[in-house]
Amino acid sequence: MNLLSLALAAILINNVVLTKYLGLCPFFGVSKSSKSAVGMGLAVTFVIFGASLITYFLYYVILVPNKMEYMRLITFILVIASFVQFVEMFIKKFSASLYKALGIYLPLITTNCVVLYVAQDNITQKYDLLTTCVNSLAVPIGYMLVLVLFSCMRERLDSSATPKSWKGNPIALVAAALMALAFSGLAGIV
Amino acid sequence: MWQNFKNGFIKENPVFALFLGMCSALAISTSLNNAIGMGVCVTLVLLFSNVIISLMRKLIPDEIRIPVYIVVIASLVTIVEMLVHAYAPALYQSLGVFLSLVVVNCIILGRAEAFASKNGVAASAVDGIGMGLGYTFALILISAVREFLATGGIHFANPFNSEQILFGFSIDALKGFTIPLMSGPVGAFLTFACFAALFAMLKERAAQKEKEAQKK
Repeated sequence: MNLLSLALAAILINNVVLTKYLGLCPFFGVSKSSKSAVGMGLAVTFVIFGASLITYFLYYVILVPNKMEYMRLITFILVIASFVQFVEMFIKKFSASLYKALGIYLPLITTNCVVLYVAQDNITQKYDLLTTCVNSLAVPIGYMLVLVLFSCMRERLDSSATPKSWKGNPIALVAAALMALAFSGLAGIV
Repeated sequence: MWQNFKNGFIKENPVFALFLGMCSALAISTSLNNAIGMGVCVTLVLLFSNVIISLMRKLIPDEIRIPVYIVVIASLVTIVEMLVHAYAPALYQSLGVFLSLVVVNCIILGRAEAFASKNGVAASAVDGIGMGLGYTFALILISAVREFLATGGIHFANPFNSEQILFGFSIDALKGFTIPLMSGPVGAFLTFACFAALFAMLKERAAQKEKEAQKK
């Protein structure tokens, strides 16, 4: 039950995009069509889950026993960058169609702050292995949910008449603000 | 070179015109204190990363340049994080996880890739300071609006001693009319949207003026 409420909280209430302002660059860059939003969401989910598990083991098996906790940031970002590179090569080799669908989003993920945030959060919150797994699945699912919802809104926005200087990102930001307002209404659930 | 420096403020303002580093710009801009602290940290990291990468630009093989940049940036961020933790603990508390997320701030990697890897040390240093100050300028604008609307005043405390307030005012008549929503995500997105639209308008006006000047 505790894990369930943690997952619900991570998906809806403490949503990474709308309450923690993370991963905004791809949020505005990729959300122009709902198809690419789904692709990006899946790629992010996969990378976050894999990278969080690797960094979790690295931190507790190598860094802590050797008293090198201060190397956390450098280790984590290197793991994420190389993991993304590895996943890209792997997918390219084994599934051409999946590579076609996810390929262009993969390099973008290295600089997506959600990945580093989840890896760090698992350590600073002192989560155990099971909680880490749940957290690193729930956070990107929340990210994907908002990304897909938002991309549907943007498809409408593109065809509506907006003042010239508000076109593009500014009006999308207003839409994001309204969405954040709607999501803040869910705060009492858990 | 002066043009490079100036570009970072309005025409190529990293936050409002290029939409880089938005995550931290929105998250940190709840108060002027945080905005200035974060701005200084990012400017420092940007300056040193630009200088180091510009010095090494002929040594780094092209295929592995991104990992090299990331390691340089991560080491600099770790140093800055430790310094802030030691000398300005209050700032460290309020910046929280966003201080370490400077590593993935697109401005820094973007400038390394787009400018420092192609230009000399002096030009890269100037570019780093210009872009960093442009980022700080954007953060100060957003945070001033948000803090004023959310609390009815603006305060800036000494980052090394949070008791000592260097500068600040608050309007008592507004105390009953504050909008707490502005310090939350909604206020962040809305304020940012207004500034982005304003900058788009300014940019368009400048472009139009240039066109007219060319006609003559």
